[in-house]
Amino acid sequence: MIRIEKLTKSFGKFKALDNISLHLEKGQAVSLLGPNGSGKTTLIKSILGLVVPGKGSITINGRLVSKDESYRAGIGYMPQIGRYPDNMTIEQVIRMVRDIRKDPADCDEELYFRFGLNKVRHKKMRTLSGGTRQKVSASLAFLFSPDIYILDEPTAGLDPVANEILKDKIAAECARGKLVLITSHVLSDLDGLTSHIIYLQDGRLMFHESVEQLQARTGERKLNKIIASILEKQNLITC
Amino acid sequence: MLTVSKYVFLDLLKNRSILVYSIVLAVLSFTLLGLSGGSAKGLLSLLNITLLFVPVITTLFATIYFFNSLEFIELLLSQPVKRTGILLSEYAGMALSLAAAFILGVGLPLLIMVPVAASFMLVLTGVLLTFIFTSVALLIFVLSKDKTRGIGAAIIVSLFFTLLFDGLMMAFIFTFSDYPIDRALVGIMSFNPVDLARVLMLLQLDVAVLMGYSGALFKEFLGSATGSIYSVACMICWAVAPLLLAIRVFRKKDL
Repeated sequence: MIRIEKLTKSFGKFKALDNISLHLEKGQAVSLLGPNGSGKTTLIKSILGLVVPGKGSITINGRLVSKDESYRAGIGYMPQIGRYPDNMTIEQVIRMVRDIRKDPADCDEELYFRFGLNKVRHKKMRTLSGGTRQKVSASLAFLFSPDIYILDEPTAGLDPVANEILKDKIAAECARGKLVLITSHVLSDLDGLTSHIIYLQDGRLMFHESVEQLQARTGERKLNKIIASILEKQNLITC
Repeated sequence: MLTVSKYVFLDLLKNRSILVYSIVLAVLSFTLLGLSGGSAKGLLSLLNITLLFVPVITTLFATIYFFNSLEFIELLLSQPVKRTGILLSEYAGMALSLAAAFILGVGLPLLIMVPVAASFMLVLTGVLLTFIFTSVALLIFVLSKDKTRGIGAAIIVSLFFTLLFDGLMMAFIFTFSDYPIDRALVGIMSFNPVDLARVLMLLQLDVAVLMGYSGALFKEFLGSATGSIYSVACMICWAVAPLLLAIRVFRKKDL
């Protein structure tokens, strides 16, 4: 579904992404991991067309990202920080995005109701807490049942109940054969959810493997243990 | 595209700064028009207020608002929409709501107290200036790397056009006063939308000759009608050119 070929992006002298090639397929739940500043957000933004790639190409369902914007109809994006115009209400924000999408009749409003946003729909965005804003962002990302979900730190700032609701929803969408791309620093949140792991460091792709492969290789079950053991080994090699 | 404008407009109408801006303008208008009995005198005072307030407030407020909506613009751009459309609708929503605030704050008092043609011209001048400086703010927004620099640039640009430009022009006139620079001055003035607005209004009030060198020059070279048309045309260019440039830059910008 997403094919990235030799993607390179530099900001001045700094190489944010260095020659990255990736193939992501349907039904996968891919975790995008890496330390701060490793290029995760730049990669996501390149897929969304927010960052113009320097070299290389990105194709989604066979369509080149740089060509036109229609491919984005098949993507649901949840940003890391959701900031909305101060005086809009929750209802207006959702209405507006629906209007932009030409108001499809069947919208997936499950998260909207399960998060209880319908009870606070007349509240202005300015007055909302960070967590509630995250809930709005999540509801928007899942509203149009897209084929691809791109979730940037989706669980940051959510309370435990909302966290579970969101994880259930992600798992359900994955089971329906959607592609989910998640970045998160809370590895325990990703346990049991992800099928593949992409690890970036200094803009370079360190590895892209399925969780089973990694488990077999390291002999660990938990995601944080797996990552820790791989990083330790790499440090030994470089020393 | 229009949908986004509509929501931006609705959001800004409820914005407290816009409300305060409108109220301050209204209070100033009523006081100035009430104080000075003659309509021309009142209009002149109000013109000076407009020429100072509108560029500074518009540029600063619009720049800050655009930077605050950066994350929201990113979210909108993750939808199947064109970049140009989103930028234009942000611009339209902003310019229209500031223009509405100006029309309410200055236009309404004028309509009640001095319902003459020149009053209409003053409102038109203010609206044109609003569109021009919103355009400039949008250009500053797409060119600046971060909010702090953007706001700094907005302050400098608005002060340049409202205060500094006149000072530079004075220096130019003094330095080259021995040469025939009259025509050149008319040309130089076209580079400042605030001066164009002033001339446009003064030509209407028939006090052009009283109000300094530039006004007299305009009257002499172009006459009232041609002068007015010329300055309106220049002002429209001032609104359109930065907007087009901003779109050009924004198309290739990394967000």
